[in-house]
Amino acid sequence: MQQAVEGRQPLLEVRGLSKSFGILRALDQVDFTLHAGEIHALLGENGAGKSTLIKVITGVLSRDAGTIRLDGGEIEPRSVKEALAEGIATVYQEVNLLPNLSVAQNLYLGRQPTRFGIVRDGEMQRRATALLAGYDLHIDVGAQLGHYSVAIQHVVAIARAVDLSARVLILDEPTASLDRHEVDMLFRTMRALAARGIGILFVTHFLDQVYDISDRITVLRNGRLIGERMTASLPRLELIQMMLGRELSETTGERVAHDRSASTPCATFTNYGKRGSIAPFDLDLRHGEVVGLAGLLGSGRTETARLVFGADRADSGKAAVEGKPVRLHSPRDAVRHGFGYCPEERKTDGIIAELTVRENIVLALQAKRGITRPLSRREQDEIAARFVKLLDIRPPDPERPIGLLSGGNQQKVLLARWLATEPRLLVLDEPTRGIDVGAHAEIIRLIRELCDRGLALLVISSELDEIVAYSDRVVVLRDRAHVGTLQDDGIDVSSILAAIAADGSVPAAAEA
Amino acid sequence: MSRLSPVMITALVFVAGFAICSLQFPNFASTRVVANLLTDNAFLGIVAIGMTFVIISGGIDLSVGSVIGFTTVFVALSIERLGLPPLLAFAILLVLCAAFGAAMGAVIHFFDMPPFIVTLAGMFVARGTSFLMSTESTPITAPLYTAVSDFGIALPGGGRLTAIALIMLAVVAAGSVLLHFTRFGANVFAMGGNRSATALMGVAIGSMTVRIYMLSSVLAGIAGIVFSFYTAAGYSLSAVGVELDTIAAVVIGGTLLSGGQGSAIGTFLGVLIQGLIQSYINFDGTLSSWWTKIATGILLFAFIALQQAMVRLAGRSRTIRAGEVKA
Amino acid sequence: MAFQLPRRGLAQILALIVILLIDRMVSSQFFDLRLQDGRLFGSLIDVFNRGAPVALLALGMVLVIATRGIDLSVGAVMAISGAIAASLADSHAWPVAVAVALGAGLLCGLWNGFLVAVLGIQPIVATLILMVAGRGVAQLITEGRIVTFTSPDLAWFGTGSALGIPAPVLIVAGTLLVTGLVVRGSALGLLIEAAGGNARASELSGVGIRLMIVAVYVWCSLCAALAGVIAAADIMGADANNAGLWLELDAILAVVIGGTSLFGGRFSLILAVCGALIIQAMNTGILLSGYPPEFNLVVKAAVVLVVLLLQSPRLSGLVANFRKARA
Repeated sequence: MQQAVEGRQPLLEVRGLSKSFGILRALDQVDFTLHAGEIHALLGENGAGKSTLIKVITGVLSRDAGTIRLDGGEIEPRSVKEALAEGIATVYQEVNLLPNLSVAQNLYLGRQPTRFGIVRDGEMQRRATALLAGYDLHIDVGAQLGHYSVAIQHVVAIARAVDLSARVLILDEPTASLDRHEVDMLFRTMRALAARGIGILFVTHFLDQVYDISDRITVLRNGRLIGERMTASLPRLELIQMMLGRELSETTGERVAHDRSASTPCATFTNYGKRGSIAPFDLDLRHGEVVGLAGLLGSGRTETARLVFGADRADSGKAAVEGKPVRLHSPRDAVRHGFGYCPEERKTDGIIAELTVRENIVLALQAKRGITRPLSRREQDEIAARFVKLLDIRPPDPERPIGLLSGGNQQKVLLARWLATEPRLLVLDEPTRGIDVGAHAEIIRLIRELCDRGLALLVISSELDEIVAYSDRVVVLRDRAHVGTLQDDGIDVSSILAAIAADGSVPAAAEA
Repeated sequence: MSRLSPVMITALVFVAGFAICSLQFPNFASTRVVANLLTDNAFLGIVAIGMTFVIISGGIDLSVGSVIGFTTVFVALSIERLGLPPLLAFAILLVLCAAFGAAMGAVIHFFDMPPFIVTLAGMFVARGTSFLMSTESTPITAPLYTAVSDFGIALPGGGRLTAIALIMLAVVAAGSVLLHFTRFGANVFAMGGNRSATALMGVAIGSMTVRIYMLSSVLAGIAGIVFSFYTAAGYSLSAVGVELDTIAAVVIGGTLLSGGQGSAIGTFLGVLIQGLIQSYINFDGTLSSWWTKIATGILLFAFIALQQAMVRLAGRSRTIRAGEVKA
Repeated sequence: MAFQLPRRGLAQILALIVILLIDRMVSSQFFDLRLQDGRLFGSLIDVFNRGAPVALLALGMVLVIATRGIDLSVGAVMAISGAIAASLADSHAWPVAVAVALGAGLLCGLWNGFLVAVLGIQPIVATLILMVAGRGVAQLITEGRIVTFTSPDLAWFGTGSALGIPAPVLIVAGTLLVTGLVVRGSALGLLIEAAGGNARASELSGVGIRLMIVAVYVWCSLCAALAGVIAAADIMGADANNAGLWLELDAILAVVIGGTSLFGGRFSLILAVCGALIIQAMNTGILLSGYPPEFNLVVKAAVVLVVLLLQSPRLSGLVANFRKARA
């Protein structure tokens, strides 16, 4: 492992960086320091500000305040190209190379060796082979990049970036779709590069990998810097606390006592799973009960929700609604059985921006009724007016395109879309993400109210105190599997944290 | 190599088609037929090479047929009415075409508009302008034209490789080199593979877009000149619908209509296949010319379906895993 | 982002009125109507009458475009249905001829819908196949000749009238009414707009997209088939080569002028018809003004560009920035 590199001038130094989108503070006075030869993990849940930080550093976004220094000199990249010219390169999870070109072309696009305008293919291939050999990668560089595994594509992307004289290498979730063997290969590459003095900023949501490879960790939450620690001296539990919870002393939680005597089974999933997405699980959802799904990003929370809603098709197990076996092959099936689903990505999966609030609200109900039984305009107006009032949607104008509303109000419209169908089960994926504090509390209150009215709720959230506040049961996920359930008085932030951190199969060296 | 496999299929289709024709018509397998195939489809081959660049880069150019029409009228009028020397007329014309293509490319890039609709507007402009210049067919009698049509390299077996066939072969060869062996060509493939990634890798997308459409329009201009050699006339209604034949030839040549994959030689074969269908119908004598369109449509469907299947298969399996490579 | 203007459609209706007024300036008798043999005549009526086929195509096309698709084959479908209707007109009763023609349209629509919704081929590519092959099929039906007929029953569709109003105008009005009732009277309109606006979100809301897409392509082809019958009835014959030629482009243009974005979402049936009338009013105006009819294409190109520029997100972004900067 790398030795500490304190004392020397940092390679990349970010101070007091702030960035807002409208009223949302995506980054608030964030500091970040990367030393040469260091592998530095940047951690945090969705919405923590990781990607905003990376985008500002690489010139994709402009900053509102703060400074970025590279080797002591202040830089202000205004585009990816400028950042690259300064020596900051990024390799994304979705490899931004060209799968339809050869490996060699990908490495040298725009700077191929030529003679009289003709690309010297042999020369280019020889150079490419030699370059990749430096990464212990011996492949046919004349073959299309798309024929190689994602891991190899990552190494090619890294090789290109480094060859373009990168000193700072940002790896944004490079391991998300790799198997163990491929991760090892990538890690060897990263270590070799760090040994050559390149500073690597590594984003991932696999904690095992963080402990395997990183020298240092910076944790962000809700746009703020939570802390920077040496990996070797940061216990796993404490790391997860930094990422998810408030400090333990604060987290008694504001659990609301809840009478569950009336709860009856609503939907039951037995041995339900999908290969490569989530291991088979048993899940029992009851009327008048909130089940919280807790786990880190990538632990299989959204995958569970999508299976339950039929957005992905399960390849094992059975589902039953009110005791009767059902088939959930598509969202249509799920909607027909009285399910509803507010997805995490509101913009791409939820709202239809150019349609009005009214149309967005009635959409699911209309889809459920079918094309031939249209809601009359008056019915639509009534429904829209009712929910605008009930959920306090602002501005209270049902004829406004939903794209013009704030995030919190869009979320309320999506809730209204499903409430209008009078569902028996509602799946909410990060219902409070990207929403200001006021709307936040309102949505949590709504969740409780819905539950009291007999709905079954399955709620995903990264905010553990939130989950503690409204859940009757909490299912804990890790590594794409359900690993535990907490009930009633057993639900508190520290137990959830412990369950997430509990390491079954692979003991991490750093924890000792 | 899977990059070549669609071209291989095209080549097989051509060979099989040629074999069928030869079996059915005893005189078919001769240099005369082959030479005629090249001559009759010379303009189509030239314009299809330009279209290949456009389609591989992820675009489409509907204006090429109209540009050919415009060219024949422009050339005929400037030679016959204005008395310009043919070569000067050609030069002016190609500059006009380049400007026209550049303008379309610029609009596509800077206003972020679908190429389909921008080149549709270009199609109207070019055709409308040629109508405005003249609606009648203007015969061209310049000596150069007679010289060109008299020129021919005699082949053994009675065939005659004409000047326009040679121009087409030269364009195909030059196009192949440009597409497959230069930085420009690599950028064209890159843009069709993933536009934003290409931009991130430092390729100037805007200037590339302009240059690609410029190339297509210039080649359409050259095709128009060749067409005027072929018909020895300028007519504003010439080459109506050629954009469709061109796109069909490119697709049958194994180029992915969504961009990123294809080859110049495949397009050349695609053009020959279309010519082959036409020749078959001519030889048969009882079949009517509409069968060309139906056969082209069927081939088009077959190749599009094939591409769709291949894209899906490619998405499903990554052939080489990291572990196997280490060995 | 380009959201709905508060007064939707005002621009189009104003444009139509302005163009009609210009037409009136060009020809003083433009608004004159006279009744002859129980049918209204006059330039204004002509605009509606001649605009009928494009208006019909636009009525189908607008739904396809609202789902983020496009149908290039409508011109070819017109040729097929026209050929069928003309071939059957003298040997069968008119309902049979029309029914078979529309049935062919239905099949064409199913084919397009199948390629787009089931095989997942991008619409512009999928419908290109029928665009190429369809005209060949039409020629197959007419055996390459121009088929004429004498049946006055079928001719009514093109030249007849009721209550003084020409039949094509009535048919367009009827189709508009039926389409409007089907689309806005059921939930189809809302679901199409939702699916065109955001297909993923719509699917996650339980909207069944696949069947809907097949349905709009079928409807589009049916409208095209009806337009084909009218076009054939108008000339009492079918010309497979030229019937509906390039009308797909006019139809797309009409839809775009009618304010429906090529990127799907919000649509308006009435404004699409209005767009078709705008195109026809321009055509008629140019004819009346004594300019060569060829001038049409250039004007159309200008209109396409202006309308597209107005819709371009890039441009509206620029305008918004400009306004912000001034505020």
